[in-house]
Amino acid sequence: MDKPFAITLDPGSSLANRTGSWRTSRPVYLDRLPPCNKQCPAGEDIQGWLFHAESGDYESAWRHLTRDNPFPAIMGRVCYHTCEGACNRGQLDAPVGINSVERFLGDEALKRGWKLTPPASESGKHVLIVGAGPSGMSAAYHLRRLGHRVTVQEAGPLLGGMMRFGIPKYRLPREVLEAEMQRVVDLGVTVKLGSKVENILATMQDGGFDAAFLAVGAHIGKRAMIPAGDAAKIIDAISLLRSMEGEEKPLLGRRVVVYGGGNTAIDVARTAKRMGAEPLIVYRRTREKMPAHDFEVEEALQEGIMVKWLSTIKQAHESSLTIEKMALDSKGFPQPTGEYETIEADSLVLALGQDVDLGLLEGVPGLEVSDGVVQVNANMMTGHAGIFAGGDMVPAERNVTVAIGHGKKAARNIDAWLRGEEYVAPPKKEVATFDNLNTWYYADAPKTVRPMLDIIRRQSTFEEVQGGLDEHNALFEARRCLSCGNCFECDNCYGVCPDNAVIKLGPGKRFEFNYDYCKGCGMCVAECPCGAIKMEAEEI
Amino acid sequence: MSFQPVHFYQTGTFTVGNRLLSAEERSVQANVERTNSLNSGHRACQGCGEALGARYAIDAAMNAARGRLIAANATGCLEVFSTPYPETSWQIPWIHSLFGNTAAIGTGIAAAIKVKRQKGQMDDVRVVAQGGDGGTTDIGFGCLSGMFERNDDVLYICYDNGGYMNTGVQRSSATPPAARTATTMPVGPEPGNVFGQGKFVPAIAMAHEIPYVATATVADLRDLEYKVTKAMGLRGARYIHILVPCPLGWGAASQDTIKLARLAKETGIFPVFEAEHGEVTGVLKIRRPQPVEEYLKLQKRYAHLFGKKPAVETIARLQAAADKNIRKYGLLDQEAN
Repeated sequence: MDKPFAITLDPGSSLANRTGSWRTSRPVYLDRLPPCNKQCPAGEDIQGWLFHAESGDYESAWRHLTRDNPFPAIMGRVCYHTCEGACNRGQLDAPVGINSVERFLGDEALKRGWKLTPPASESGKHVLIVGAGPSGMSAAYHLRRLGHRVTVQEAGPLLGGMMRFGIPKYRLPREVLEAEMQRVVDLGVTVKLGSKVENILATMQDGGFDAAFLAVGAHIGKRAMIPAGDAAKIIDAISLLRSMEGEEKPLLGRRVVVYGGGNTAIDVARTAKRMGAEPLIVYRRTREKMPAHDFEVEEALQEGIMVKWLSTIKQAHESSLTIEKMALDSKGFPQPTGEYETIEADSLVLALGQDVDLGLLEGVPGLEVSDGVVQVNANMMTGHAGIFAGGDMVPAERNVTVAIGHGKKAARNIDAWLRGEEYVAPPKKEVATFDNLNTWYYADAPKTVRPMLDIIRRQSTFEEVQGGLDEHNALFEARRCLSCGNCFECDNCYGVCPDNAVIKLGPGKRFEFNYDYCKGCGMCVAECPCGAIKMEAEEI
Repeated sequence: MSFQPVHFYQTGTFTVGNRLLSAEERSVQANVERTNSLNSGHRACQGCGEALGARYAIDAAMNAARGRLIAANATGCLEVFSTPYPETSWQIPWIHSLFGNTAAIGTGIAAAIKVKRQKGQMDDVRVVAQGGDGGTTDIGFGCLSGMFERNDDVLYICYDNGGYMNTGVQRSSATPPAARTATTMPVGPEPGNVFGQGKFVPAIAMAHEIPYVATATVADLRDLEYKVTKAMGLRGARYIHILVPCPLGWGAASQDTIKLARLAKETGIFPVFEAEHGEVTGVLKIRRPQPVEEYLKLQKRYAHLFGKKPAVETIARLQAAADKNIRKYGLLDQEAN
């Protein structure tokens, strides 16, 4: 008891005072679902792979991306990137160029020769996949990674399906397509080209398959009832695009009329332009009503492609067409006006939609077909146990991204079914909205624009129209990501807590709260840039 | 020269830390080895701006002085909530002074250290004196002015929350006009603090032409750390005035403390600048200009301005004061105008 005058107690630390007892609500860390991830039809963890790209670790980013989608170089070119439309940064300045970073990662992987991870063990099961398009090859990849033996049977002579026969090469160079397909084959997937499945049950029985995934593309062009003279040259769009892949290019003549308003119509017109023709698109409604993506219409118009709106084709002759003008009624539907005109045309290409050849399904019990597509349940399984279907064959929007997503989803369900289980998707997390963010903390950074090919070369060659980002601007673009709803270790919570009640666990390990001292002021929640903390009422 | 933000890297230097920056570009607060000068368990209110500002400033000072630092602390919130006998939250050598003499205590400590060093009895130790706006701008003002004019080797830090909050929110000479306190006109045609009174001590400190004067807020950590570090690199009298919102006295939500400090700066109500020998040498520019209402309406001390009949004239006078700061200190970039 040797203390100074008037001092009776030893000095103590305030740590004895557990201020956590003051709290009426507590902060908790959570991962919210970023809107880009929610939007992605292929189910990519976009924020997750951008996180790796932000630090320049492109290989980790690519590996994270390919957990869900094995074709980033393809997707980085042909995906319609609805994720960017959902991006919260769009409300701040402009959306993150997700698609361009994806392409950069895909190209980087091809350049550096990164390989997909082979399965750790073999399951002993054998799955048949019908069709080597985006959906089939995506399923092949995922099933192979789960350890199953996979055989892909493809009617066509080459891998890629619609990606090869439906997408012109100025949008998707064939060496990119080849390389990403081959990388899946290299995982040990057996591919039989030029081998059409005529009867699915017989094929499954003969090959001893445990399950099948049907992923046949919509390769049959729809016809329209157009009275035509014998000499009129009429072909369907998808046949035209397919013949572009062969040795003998189609002969279209100079004046090519393309009938339709979808993306395929645009693809055909742009293809014809590159072959030296003068294409004219005839569409029965207006530009606003056109189902084609606006950027594709814009690019086509830039290339000098003409469009005749509000017109239908009544009759085809040897070197001309009779067109009837249309007018939109009060409900926005086109109605005939009785006004006709004649336009010159050496050939007419019909781009009026496509159907799937469902011949292989004849006589399969339990299977339900309606509106030209196969009905599947939530697990992607048809009415016949063990036969799953996806892509263009099932009721859904038809594009490459959706098809790739179907392949993944089907693979998970097939895997569970082979084990006698049912695949249960993990519970959906709450969505990270713009209101969850504190955008003050993000640096101002406008979007990087990808280079476009010179207009003259776009009109005369099949070179790729849209360029890629280089490493410098890909890194810049990745770092524009707001990391919505997912901690990116900015240390704000650790810094702003007036009570030192946040424990920093070190790089990659994030943080945790020390509830002994957290008073529940909520400052960490308010100042978290990305909305990865929320307040919960304390049970008192 | 002012604080130079790192511009891109996702959040640049806006956030406390940033995994994309190199180690030397990161803040003191982002480091797990920060002193935590003011430790957990203190009795400050939820969301206390002063507790936060004090840890920010003293951790930075400890970092700059490599741990060799003594702090004198005026009576006030900071002392009361941190050190109820016999417990303390301070993890540094710390002495509690009277309400009004903390600058003089700092002077005395600095003088004692100087003598001991001359006798070769000890190595260098730096001195910080700190207090709230009551202990600085009112009660301790004489001692503070003396410390300035003698150019004593002390860094004085004032945590300005605009009133005597610990004793029940009474008015100080740092209470802003129109803000209600327990001792301003509660009713009548113009409730709240009167216009044309009070003082802005950073300007008075500049009039002493001391080596360094700066203002800062708890919303701009990197700027605050830069200023404390810069001040610790100088000798003589230095003064840093930090705006620290008070949820209790301002009638604000506890999670809005940093937001309010940010709005005080972004509206121009609180100019953030630094000055050397009486001349302004750098300002922290406004990034996203806001009208003063955005700042005022979050605080119950200004609630009387936003009643059924908004006090548009009073709000206009406060806006005019903010605009004057923007002009006087050049708070807006030319292209932002």
